[in-house]
Amino acid sequence: MIKPVKLDEIQKRLIREVADLHDVPEGAYNFRVNGESAGRASSANIEIEPKDNGTGLDIRIKPGTKRESVHIPVVMTQTGLTEVVYNDFYIGEGSDVTIVAGCGIDNCGQQDSEHDGIHRFFVGKGAKVRYVEKHYGSGTGSGKRILNPVTEVYMEEDSTAEMEMVQIKGVDDTKRDTIAKLAAGAKLVIRERLMTHGSQNAVSRYEIELNGENASADVVSRSVARDTSFQKFDAKIIGNAPCSGHTECDSIIMDKGRILAVPGLEANDVDAALVHEAAIGKIAGDQIIKLMTLGLTEAEAEEQIINGFLK
Amino acid sequence: MLEIKNVSFEVNADGDNKEIIHDISLTVPDSRLTVITGPNGGGKSTLARLIAGIERPDSGSIIFNGTDITQMSVTDRAKMGIGFAFQQPVRFKGIQVMDLIRLAAGGKLSVSDACEYLASVGLCARDYINREVNSSLSGGELKRIEIATVLARGSSLSVFDEPEAGIDLWSFRNLIEVFENMRKRIEGSSILIISHQERILNIADEIIVLKDGRLEYQGTRDEIMPLLTGTDSAVKGCLKTE
Repeated sequence: MIKPVKLDEIQKRLIREVADLHDVPEGAYNFRVNGESAGRASSANIEIEPKDNGTGLDIRIKPGTKRESVHIPVVMTQTGLTEVVYNDFYIGEGSDVTIVAGCGIDNCGQQDSEHDGIHRFFVGKGAKVRYVEKHYGSGTGSGKRILNPVTEVYMEEDSTAEMEMVQIKGVDDTKRDTIAKLAAGAKLVIRERLMTHGSQNAVSRYEIELNGENASADVVSRSVARDTSFQKFDAKIIGNAPCSGHTECDSIIMDKGRILAVPGLEANDVDAALVHEAAIGKIAGDQIIKLMTLGLTEAEAEEQIINGFLK
Repeated sequence: MLEIKNVSFEVNADGDNKEIIHDISLTVPDSRLTVITGPNGGGKSTLARLIAGIERPDSGSIIFNGTDITQMSVTDRAKMGIGFAFQQPVRFKGIQVMDLIRLAAGGKLSVSDACEYLASVGLCARDYINREVNSSLSGGELKRIEIATVLARGSSLSVFDEPEAGIDLWSFRNLIEVFENMRKRIEGSSILIISHQERILNIADEIIVLKDGRLEYQGTRDEIMPLLTGTDSAVKGCLKTE
């Protein structure tokens, strides 16, 4: 079933922010607007169906599907709306696909708007998936913009998942939970970029189990905390087999921002090689001066440094 | 033209004021390559930082092309045409070589023009243009990128603070070529290099010698070089000179 997509200008702007989409994409997609599907299409290899109980979507990607993409952006422009959506992705053996999710909230009202997306990924043997998730908030109302995503990744042998999760602007409160379980030879790469400002609060928690031989995980979070915002990065890797795991929290702190990095490594196998790195600091004075010698003002220099850091 | 008039500068170290620059007056002429040399700790790099505006003098004034810039910010001096290459180039996570050269050029710059600047400092542009200016680059690579950013600014006064510091011999040989090429196109601008390497002094038009924060000599290369040979103001590199 194909429904035509109808979006107003604010909704289009949000879609551009979170999914880089200027028009309806090719291939499979589902646009969710203010709690309802505003357009959906499946393709020959990718089927998107609503769950029987209406709480979300089942996205099934046929084994061997190559170089196809799925877009499932969510936008909310209605104040006071709270929703929990369960989306399950079944990624067939040997496939190679890109999934673009993301949520934009524009809240001009007095009540809080909240979207909690619970995404589960079942990545088949040898499959490769690239997942991009962007979160964005805008609007001048006093109601908060809240996003609490849960991402669960179950990876079979020799599968690969690359996940890019970005939240740069406008989300007042976020609690992000990511759990992953990896079988032998599976490889998980996560790149998280986060900027908080105002009095925002962001918590990002990871728990990754490396359960098979040669499983590997690499989680890198780059973040900037400005104004009086607070961030907590809590990354735990559990090595239950000969495996390798790396987590890194690299943060810039500005104004009266606060950041708490909590390293967690648990090695239950003598051949588990696990590394955690964390660095929190303000922008180096030399960096600002160098850019000032190129003709930038101090404020412009800071902006360039942050843009580069979060790029 | 840059004029430094009666400039003094001191720092506070462990509660004591220490004078780094003492009542220095000198002129950096236009269309000339001037090298400031002198023993370590003589105040050379401090003087370069005073010219760029990174430090402010306690007394005296700095005049650039007729304007008193003593109280101007680093940014305003850069906009007036003063370029500065750091002795220890700064690393940036996430900022790519192309970004930095584009910023240096003032925003608009094609990839092929950026590549020209990299090529002129002896870097294969294709290999570097998308590299991050981070710790994956060696000291020599960073130094050349630093110089490329100064070239891209097209400043009327380009200041290089010890460009040879921290680079390998092979890179040093290429560095001399870079400065020789810059010198060929110097008309209408001027170059000021802080260095005590004899090879760099040999390509200077003017030489200024600082010692213990004071101006010891200023003159043409022919006048000054005989006074420096064999001192630590004109250090021979470990290079065989042809």
